[in-house]
Amino acid sequence: MKIIDLVNKLGLEILSGNNGLDRTVSGGYTSDLLSDVIANAEANNIWITLQTHKNVMAIASLKDLSAVILINDNKPEEDTREQSNSEGIPILGTKEKAFEISAKIYELLNNNSKVNL
Amino acid sequence: MLEETISLRYKIAGGDFSNAGYASSQIKKRLQKLNIHQKLIKKIVIALYEAEINVVAHAYNAVIIVNIDNDKICVNIKDNGPGIPDINQAMEKGYSTASSKIREMGFGAGMGLSNIKKNSDKLEIRSKVNEGTEINIINYRIYPRNENN
Amino acid sequence: MEINEVVNILNANIVCGATYLDKDVEFGFASDLMSDVLTLDAENILLITGLSNMQTVRTVEMSDIYIVILARGKKASKEMIELANESGMMIIECEYSMFKTAGLLYEAGLKAVY
Repeated sequence: MKIIDLVNKLGLEILSGNNGLDRTVSGGYTSDLLSDVIANAEANNIWITLQTHKNVMAIASLKDLSAVILINDNKPEEDTREQSNSEGIPILGTKEKAFEISAKIYELLNNNSKVNL
Repeated sequence: MLEETISLRYKIAGGDFSNAGYASSQIKKRLQKLNIHQKLIKKIVIALYEAEINVVAHAYNAVIIVNIDNDKICVNIKDNGPGIPDINQAMEKGYSTASSKIREMGFGAGMGLSNIKKNSDKLEIRSKVNEGTEINIINYRIYPRNENN
Repeated sequence: MEINEVVNILNANIVCGATYLDKDVEFGFASDLMSDVLTLDAENILLITGLSNMQTVRTVEMSDIYIVILARGKKASKEMIELANESGMMIIECEYSMFKTAGLLYEAGLKAVY
């Protein structure tokens, strides 16, 4: 599944990094603790968080994540947005909270893998 | 009508994350014993806990005084600490001066002061850089009866 | 849904508060940041978190939340358990990520807080 598919299916807002919308998503990671994401997130995961500062992009880039979803209608800080654009790692937005957006993505990714079998 | 004020006083130490919240917890229990409405207790306790965490995260030490009157409950927290250079900026959601150590503990997302504001009927903040910060959180128990209502 | 069902679905380990097993919980909330949890204004919620420290227990005590799921294989310390018992809370440990935990519980009927 690609980022743009998730955007369309879940009505996510594209906040930055539109040049990266065709990245593939394999799995999701929900966390607001940076050291945890560094240790445990996997490449091509989509990261769900409420954190908006520049470190978020630095970590997304380091870990080769496919995109970041900011919950609660949070908006990225200006330098975070800039880095997202230059790296081509999209930052997406949702009004929803971590619980339900994670669950919806989990369901979509699971169903998708079932169909592919 | 008999007017009385019950006063509670606690001292807290900055940097002591494992004990942070102890004062708020004790105060919560006292408020419950006084039969104050549960929703009001929750407001007071959340504001108080966030303020306690702010002290632990940023200040050296502080004194918490809770005054319970017939019509209102005032929580006063006065700390010795770095102070807040720009209070308006500090009140912005997402603004944080927390260290990465504090962020890894689950705090420092810059929501503390706005959570305090959300849970107070009246909030006063005074601060002096290199001296400390004083916060007054006031919550009314019974809204004053207005003849015009 | 019943807490019993939550424990089974997550293959979880009950650390304390087993008296809650036959109780019902309606909503789920997932966060690692305690200030985020403190903005909640609802009842009948369970918290899913990867933050396992004393402040997790304090935060749920202040927020009148009674069920905490420690995800990511995090464990509750002895002090946390003592405090949880004092406040009458339930702590469950689960190996799954927060992402998967949220997915499984939502699928099973736990609702989002609105």
